Amino acid sequence: MTTSHTAPKRRRLVNLRNFPSFTAVSWGVLFFLYIPLAYVLFYSFNSSRIATIWQSFSLHWYSVTFHDPDIQRALSNSIKIAIGATIFSTFFAVIAALGLLRMKRAGSAFAWALIGAPLLIAEIVLAVGTLAFFRAVNIPLGLVAMTIAHTAFCIPFALIPIRARLGQLDNAPFEAAADLGANEVQILRRITLPLLAPAIISGALLAFAISIDDFITSFFLSGPGSTTLPVFIFGMIRSTVTPEVDAISSLLLLFSGVVLISSYVLNRRRR
Amino acid sequence: MGSNKKRLASFAAIAAVTTMLLSACGGSTTASSTAAAGGSTAAFPTKGTGEVHLYNWTDYIDPEQLKAFTADTGIKVILDTFDSNETALAKLQSGATGYDVVFPSDYMVKQMIELNLLEKVSPATFPNGSKIKSNMMGVYWDANRDYSAPWMYGSTGIACNTKAEPKCSSIKSWKDWFTVGLPKMDSLKDQTEVVSAALRATGVAAADLCTTDKAKYAAALDLLKGFKPAVIDSDSGIERVIAGTSNVRMAWNGSTHRMKEKVPSVEYIYPSEGLNLWADNMVVPVGAPDLDNAKIFINWMMDPKNIAAESNFTGYDNGITGSDAFMSDSLKNDPAVVVPADKVALLSPTPACDQTARDLYTQVFTTWLGAQ
Amino acid sequence: MSKKHVKQLEGRPGQTSPLLALPTVIFLTIGIGIPILVTIIYSFLDRAEIGMGVKWHFNPTSYKSLFIIENLDGTTGFDSRWIKVLWNSFLYSGITTIVTAIFSIPIAMWIATRDENKRNILLAAVTLPFWISILIRTYGIRQIIDDNGPIGTIMHKLGYAHYHIIYTPTATLIGLVYVFLPFMILPIYSSAERFDFRMAEAAYDLGARRWTVLRRIVLPSIRPGIIAGIALVFIPALGSFLQSDMLGGGKTNMIANVIALNFGQARNWPFGCALSVLLIALTLGFVKLIQWIGKKSTGEKVSFI
Repeated sequence: MTTSHTAPKRRRLVNLRNFPSFTAVSWGVLFFLYIPLAYVLFYSFNSSRIATIWQSFSLHWYSVTFHDPDIQRALSNSIKIAIGATIFSTFFAVIAALGLLRMKRAGSAFAWALIGAPLLIAEIVLAVGTLAFFRAVNIPLGLVAMTIAHTAFCIPFALIPIRARLGQLDNAPFEAAADLGANEVQILRRITLPLLAPAIISGALLAFAISIDDFITSFFLSGPGSTTLPVFIFGMIRSTVTPEVDAISSLLLLFSGVVLISSYVLNRRRR
Repeated sequence: MGSNKKRLASFAAIAAVTTMLLSACGGSTTASSTAAAGGSTAAFPTKGTGEVHLYNWTDYIDPEQLKAFTADTGIKVILDTFDSNETALAKLQSGATGYDVVFPSDYMVKQMIELNLLEKVSPATFPNGSKIKSNMMGVYWDANRDYSAPWMYGSTGIACNTKAEPKCSSIKSWKDWFTVGLPKMDSLKDQTEVVSAALRATGVAAADLCTTDKAKYAAALDLLKGFKPAVIDSDSGIERVIAGTSNVRMAWNGSTHRMKEKVPSVEYIYPSEGLNLWADNMVVPVGAPDLDNAKIFINWMMDPKNIAAESNFTGYDNGITGSDAFMSDSLKNDPAVVVPADKVALLSPTPACDQTARDLYTQVFTTWLGAQ
Repeated sequence: MSKKHVKQLEGRPGQTSPLLALPTVIFLTIGIGIPILVTIIYSFLDRAEIGMGVKWHFNPTSYKSLFIIENLDGTTGFDSRWIKVLWNSFLYSGITTIVTAIFSIPIAMWIATRDENKRNILLAAVTLPFWISILIRTYGIRQIIDDNGPIGTIMHKLGYAHYHIIYTPTATLIGLVYVFLPFMILPIYSSAERFDFRMAEAAYDLGARRWTVLRRIVLPSIRPGIIAGIALVFIPALGSFLQSDMLGGGKTNMIANVIALNFGQARNWPFGCALSVLLIALTLGFVKLIQWIGKKSTGEKVSFI
């Protein structure tokens, strides 16, 4: 704000900064985005049993959270599924991104329709469809069923950064390698994958975040002992809303923040 | 002494009520004949290894009790929860093999048996099987208790915070409930409860709640059309009443009891047209991976002391003889839990209707929901 | 985007044998394709007589009952219930899209005009909600608009205690706007970031007023971002479940809530599947529409992946 108004480049920007109320609206939007999260974080330190009524500062609900075996199990289920879905969906995304580059138009249109479907079709539709299908072929509900479903809808998210990176790649190293007699496998291992690595990691992080946050699919496909954290939290919100919900949510907020920052750092390094 | 006697009389009253569960579908048999055989299972295990997977309603089992069970038997407990009988049915029918003990309500047990989803474990023959209250034997959904052991039972009525909403004490009937139009009024999101209450309010007798006479449903729907509660949800609403965001609600008697413990001005209303009495059960689904552990768990829970602890947690009475000795006084003295003698006649079993009637319930319910 | 590269099929960096993509295609056929197919097939079957599921008997009655009702007085008539649910879903998604766009354009422009360091921080700030569970965000906004929350308290102090936001259609809308706002900000930002601000300056120099510049120069330039944002907000909002469930008090039913009801208490899987098929059809229709609009107004193909 105290920047000099002498540089011509700056003055251009200053003109647009002057749209009346843009600054106010923007701060308002940021406030709107963050106030509920801040509120949840604040109320996680509430000693009261009722989540909406403040009593006094306390770490009680964090202690309850850390000692609740159901939460630990739900968290461990969520992590297991998310790790599985991340590994499989990233793998499927990488091979799809590379293979589809040379696929014929008709084939790739079908493939892209399948990959993009989770972005377009309402999650509940895919969830109940998967439930009906798994039931028809006797795939039992539980961790395996959930991991399959999560992998499917994580693929497009894992693919987005990989595809973007592929589009930016320079052809020179590939041509040079081919000229030097490298075969396809060597090019893939020595050039393509290393160049794609940051994008693959970004995609994997995105897939992990999408999987661990999922509620609807997990709700319909969970089985014995495989309740995930969001399904568990939903049950808590439904029945007894104690500040324990706020404590778990705050821990997840913290976790999401860490994941975002690591992805952010990775992206910066790539540039 | 005098109060003790009165208490006993109250329990006798609820015993009289529950005998009505017998007659629901004419499936009554001589009570506790099979239970007598319980003593012969000398080698019934009391200890086990590994795990037992429970599938229960949300907030319907005491976590401390589960720890006690593990300490007593060496079996670890894994608990998953559901929010409606239908959710539980969908999971069991969708090949979720892995639950050992599930806690469905009366009519749902009947359907699960019809669908061959339940293991015939004969809880009545367990060591504690003889302690099943006689009125909890011969029930219409499982006459000989071949598949199910009793858990909690209770009624669905109206909870009213008389201090926060003095006008709610004027509610005497379901008809009042549907027409009074107070703020902060919540309804259960349960088609059987809502539609059967509306049927009762429009003059349908308790025995006739599974009628297929469409005119009766049309009348119920007419009444429902003016009924616009603030919230329609499937949860107990305990926290909402304590927080003061809900003052009048369609509620189960046990959750009303739990509300009262925090907010003494809450009262449980027995609507004059009558109200539904339901009973939840412990069953073992076919393919349960830890069958022995399931049996140990059910038997352990049928111990009067253990089930009484659950009653103290949930706020409901249970189906085990002798458990009242271990129940808290606040529970035993609560007219929401222990039915006053003049209200006993109002209770009748939750209607367990066939598909035709259920479709009519669904039609009335979804039309009402859609008009909100 | 994929089409742009088709011409230079030869020698695209990183290309391998198309067979490499085959496992993914097979997996997605199982994980996505067949479930959709099952949904379509089930929508034409009878429901199971007792319990959940279907009976293998062809019966298109689910589609009929989307529009036709056998009234309780025995007459048959037009059933407006499901049309109303659809209308609600479209209305709420539409309002959400418009409101998010109105707020996203200023903030996207504003962020794009900050200097780089500040821009990166602000960008991270609007991206973070992307990474946070929608369930938790919906819970957070619920606590804010609860009668005992800050909004309720303020209204109480101002003497409007008899007004309630929570458990109303307004609450559902606030929740939808809150959850989907970042989905609108980010695409508009990426358009705004590419906008050449010299054009705006030129307009100033020529004496155009600020709002004219905004309307005539800035808005058309960020149109691709707005169109992408509309698609990214409207489509998921149309299929949203949690906001109406948790904030609407179980009353403001959207199509996803009715699908869930039919897979639960109402026990009518075929009807739930018919609603799903309808939702898929409407979504794809909307995708075609937005692609058509996108092509018309920007000349670029709108791509969803």
